[in-house]
Amino acid sequence: MSAAAALAWQGVRGACLALPVLAAAVLAGAMIGETSLAPDLVLSVLVNKLAGAGLPVDPVDQGIIWSYRLPRALVAGACGAALAVTGVVLQALLRNALADPYILGISAGASTGAVAVTIAGLGGGALSLSFGAFNGALLAFGFVAILARAAGAGSSRAAAAQIVLAGIAGSQLFNALTAFIIAKSANADQARGIMFWLMGNLSGVRWPDVWLAVPLALAGWMVCRFHARALDAFTFGTDSAAALGIPVRRVQVVLIFATALMTAVMVSIVGSIGFVGLVIPHAARFLVGPGHRRLMPAAALTGAVFLIGADIVSRIIIPGQVLPIGVVTALIGAPAFAIILVRGQRTAR
Amino acid sequence: MRIEARSLSFSVRGKALLSDVSLSAQPGETLALVGPNGSGKSTLMRLLAGLARPSQGDVLLAEQPLARLSRREIAQRIAIVEQQADTAERITARSVVELGRTPWLSALRPWSGEDTRQVDKALRTVEMEAFAQREWATLSGGERQRLHIARALAQQPGLLLLDEPTNHLDIHHQLSILNCVRNLKVTAVVALHDLNQALTCDRVAVLSGGRLVASGTPQQALTPDTVSEVFGITARQVRDAGGGAPHLSFHLA
Repeated sequence: MSAAAALAWQGVRGACLALPVLAAAVLAGAMIGETSLAPDLVLSVLVNKLAGAGLPVDPVDQGIIWSYRLPRALVAGACGAALAVTGVVLQALLRNALADPYILGISAGASTGAVAVTIAGLGGGALSLSFGAFNGALLAFGFVAILARAAGAGSSRAAAAQIVLAGIAGSQLFNALTAFIIAKSANADQARGIMFWLMGNLSGVRWPDVWLAVPLALAGWMVCRFHARALDAFTFGTDSAAALGIPVRRVQVVLIFATALMTAVMVSIVGSIGFVGLVIPHAARFLVGPGHRRLMPAAALTGAVFLIGADIVSRIIIPGQVLPIGVVTALIGAPAFAIILVRGQRTAR
Repeated sequence: MRIEARSLSFSVRGKALLSDVSLSAQPGETLALVGPNGSGKSTLMRLLAGLARPSQGDVLLAEQPLARLSRREIAQRIAIVEQQADTAERITARSVVELGRTPWLSALRPWSGEDTRQVDKALRTVEMEAFAQREWATLSGGERQRLHIARALAQQPGLLLLDEPTNHLDIHHQLSILNCVRNLKVTAVVALHDLNQALTCDRVAVLSGGRLVASGTPQQALTPDTVSEVFGITARQVRDAGGGAPHLSFHLA
């Protein structure tokens, strides 16, 4: 079998395993909610919309499924996959099991950008919340990257901790700015609305968000998957990676920017959703081991299914009310993370 | 593969760690680097491996300047075992050795039977086949060291750089690793603390304070006078009653 054929076969096999699971999760996302809808109804709506079949379906049900639940489930899936993959990459690059997308200050920056646009009125109403969040995220990331570089982040294992410290400094600064803007300008309603968004909220998700989130998650995943072997080579640090022929600086720049971009876009669509990028990579490692060629697809799939599930829970746990999804992920994620910490400590001895 | 250092200097923040060091190792030779702590052995190793760029001077690998090769091309020719490379990943012994195949793999050249054979061979060479499925965290310092050496061997390098490879090893594995390195057809540069082990190599270079103070055959480079001066001790050459090769014995001056 030629190399290209082997590669294609690997891809097809992976897709055959992953797609049914993803499809099932999205189907569940479309079915479950305040009004439960039957799976055949969901499929009829899909056939109607995608193939123009014209099957008889209640237009209200069709509206709920097509305009609300499906885009929501798809964006949740894309977002969960992107955050999980980002966590995998950052944990490997920074050689820090506690690294996650938020460690780089990205979510704090996104929040500041969002409140700057919505509450402080930056841009005079011409800018959207997503636009503000996205730019805030990139700005914060730039700040953290420059600070880390000035603090001597780089080759050694000790220096890898510098970027984490810089991330903490950046998060604190941008969180303070957010609090400052809210305290100075917001009325009670606005403050409540923005808090809801800050904790992660999929309520406003529509099809245009799908066309942004899904292709971006796929492209980002492909970039990261392409670097899987390089990430394996980071197991013993950057010097060891360099000695194994990895162009360390280039890989770091490409992957950090890919993950920063993914996080910034996802946060700008759904707000801050914590713990996915931290816990899912550990869970996936537990399932398939630390090798990144298997870890990358496993983490993406687990992250997607987890966030679709968390979204379902957030919609049904309190009747008549939607809980911010960040609350659900944190309530599941924090105990899971505690277990990982304790387990890791036991096996390390 | 021949390696040559041409008047290498290296300084960090104005402090010279290495000044004007020139040496070479011929194909198949084992060159021992000896010197006190902080004499620049590890720095020289890093320059020879292309992990750091010399402030002045050049490294030539098979007559080619190292600076002109890509990272990947260097990794296909040079393998280095540094001191204290550790990880918190729950990785198996075998996958550590598999990392050595990285420079030979790409998207269009995926893992093959040949790679598996090289990994098996490397594990056999360091007598670690029985440990292949063990997790890194469960291994002793010596076992980890042998895995790093196996990883380097799996790279199939023309030049092997070993920074104190016998650290952490019991005497059996010290002798067997050195024996293995000498028997390989590759050029090897080995930083050693045990001067009597250095005596068994083809050539020896002695570093002190970032300068090369002696080099040549072990008998030329490791004279009792040189050793006494460089290490601040008194060294004496002795022969045991069995009539083996001469070795050095030391006491504080």
